[in-house]
Amino acid sequence: MDFGTIIEILDSAVRLGTPLLLACLAGLFSERAGIFDIGLEGKMLMAAFFSGAVAAVTGNAWLGLLAGVGGSMSLAFVHGLASITFRGNQLISGVAVNFLASGFTVLIAQSWFHQGGRTPQLSGNGRFDPITLPGAEAVQDVPFLGPIYSNLISGHSILVYVAFAMVPITWWVLFRTRFGLRLRAVGENPESVDTAGISVIRMRYTAVAITGVLAGLGGVYLATGLAAGFVKEMTAGRGYIALAALIFAKWRPVPALGATMLFGLLEAISNRYPNIDLGVVTLPIQFMQAVPYILTVIILAGFIGKAIPPRAGGQPYVKER
Amino acid sequence: MEKTPKWVDVALIPLLNLLIAFVISGIVVLLIGEDPIKAIKVMVSGALGSPYGWGYTLYYATNFIFTGLAVAVAYHASQFNIGGEGQATLGGLGVALVLLAFPWPHWTIALIAAMAGGAIFGAAWAAIPAYLQAKRGSHIVITTIMFNFIGAAVLNYMLVNVLRPRGSMDPATARFGASTHLPTFHDFPLVGQFFSKSVPANVSFFVAILACYLVWVLIWRTKLGFEIRAFGRSESAARYAGISPVKIVMAAMLISGGLAGLMAINNVMGEAHRLVLNSVEGAGFIGIAVALMGRNHPFGVFLAALLFGFLYQGGGELALETTIPRELITVIQALVILFTGAFDNMLRAPIESFFVARANARKEA
Repeated sequence: MDFGTIIEILDSAVRLGTPLLLACLAGLFSERAGIFDIGLEGKMLMAAFFSGAVAAVTGNAWLGLLAGVGGSMSLAFVHGLASITFRGNQLISGVAVNFLASGFTVLIAQSWFHQGGRTPQLSGNGRFDPITLPGAEAVQDVPFLGPIYSNLISGHSILVYVAFAMVPITWWVLFRTRFGLRLRAVGENPESVDTAGISVIRMRYTAVAITGVLAGLGGVYLATGLAAGFVKEMTAGRGYIALAALIFAKWRPVPALGATMLFGLLEAISNRYPNIDLGVVTLPIQFMQAVPYILTVIILAGFIGKAIPPRAGGQPYVKER
Repeated sequence: MEKTPKWVDVALIPLLNLLIAFVISGIVVLLIGEDPIKAIKVMVSGALGSPYGWGYTLYYATNFIFTGLAVAVAYHASQFNIGGEGQATLGGLGVALVLLAFPWPHWTIALIAAMAGGAIFGAAWAAIPAYLQAKRGSHIVITTIMFNFIGAAVLNYMLVNVLRPRGSMDPATARFGASTHLPTFHDFPLVGQFFSKSVPANVSFFVAILACYLVWVLIWRTKLGFEIRAFGRSESAARYAGISPVKIVMAAMLISGGLAGLMAINNVMGEAHRLVLNSVEGAGFIGIAVALMGRNHPFGVFLAALLFGFLYQGGGELALETTIPRELITVIQALVILFTGAFDNMLRAPIESFFVARANARKEA
């Protein structure tokens, strides 16, 4: 395997890891505020569809982005209504959100475009094009660092850079601002926040809305950056892998970057080398596909450092009377 | 404090929630430019209007009874088993291995062996998440989700690399021997003449009904069932009463996984006569809706499974006869889960306070 191939695989890992990263950070806001969210998959799918559909009709990827994020946020609102206002079971609500997206997107896609549940192929301004960073072509021939800059770092769509920027931003918001302190407190000990005169309900709705935006961006990237249009069930379990990455990262933003890029890398490798021959055994592609889930179970089991979720996670808050 | 009448809890609220789900689905149908009344007519005539329709409706219902019971049993121990899909997938593998291992002389013996194979594989797939929950506190919802994906990968590997007959491109096992084919409704005395040969409903339907009865006995008439319910109501109280949490979580989840695995006698042994990729087709997830709708009671599960069997078959007919894709059923399923599960308090709170107020007013009068 030469250097160029390694760069290509890493480049592909970044592309495949980006939707995971956005969804993972989305889940991080929600779960840190005490709202479990297994509906990331559905939100991404909804966003992928609406961005694909609107971008196809208007030919404008930015309008697609708005529509996609709107679709994702509407599901986030449903989840908030169920888990905050009606104090329902957050896991059941997440399951419902996923099915709602899965059925609704195909239903509407078929009714609008009659192409068997997909949207028309996007081209031109309908997609987020790769951005060439300044000087990328100039340094192309510099040994080692040149290809890294021009082929790996440069040449992604704007959403990839947004996703990476979200990592320090998320860290800063959560751990260096008053809002972040309150948000984490709502997820650990909502009574204390309530005692301080801050509305738990409002904090949780805000967190769920941020989740909607970020998961939406992940879905938008799938339909308008990674692919050229929406295809039925195109999230293909990415929302669940993001959930796995979130646990793997123990609900922290910087490790979330590491986890999602690791899972992106696994996908990139299995796309390129379906069966990996290690001499003694051959790792089949099915094993590579299952690795994120197996790793998550091992982490959850606490054999490699324990993953402890936010303490008030999953519990509706009932104000004492 | 007065309690609300039982019929409100078991009938009125679920039916109202179902009604809301259907009304919203009707609006969705209107929005995509179709006629909801016509859609209902197509579904009813397609699923219930002929013995052929019933043959499919009951076939689907059989799947959903098993997966619904699986979710219900775990739920009584306050465990949310979202892994029915993976457990049923592995159950299919168990059934296929049993049926391919031995030239079974008669379907009755083959059925008993296949039931054992399906239940053991299904239970085994629930065992690791159950153990991790009981011993190490790993959240069972997340682990069972992960095991759904791992299960799909295992089945994919087994079909592509191990069980696929030599020379076949299709990722599926060889066909099971003709002597293992279960009698379908067509083969039954008296009623057989009404059902055509292609109808997939088979004796598994009666196994499913038997399973409903046995689950009822287990939950409400045995010591283990009592312990499961006690644990589900209050873990700390059960602990003080000397009930072992590890034992209850393990027992409830193994039974749950076993029930999900049993589904394979219907779809794999009874219908496909071989194991193919994605043979479960989401039935594991529909079990969640069925258990919620049926209030986790075996009789409720039975009725809800019939309802979803009807929706499934009716949805298929809808896709054939109108331009409405069968994903409409996924939307209905999602709305049923949403309203009977997550939004349950929306109606429950006002309705319960209404009945409590009425009862109190009567007492004063």
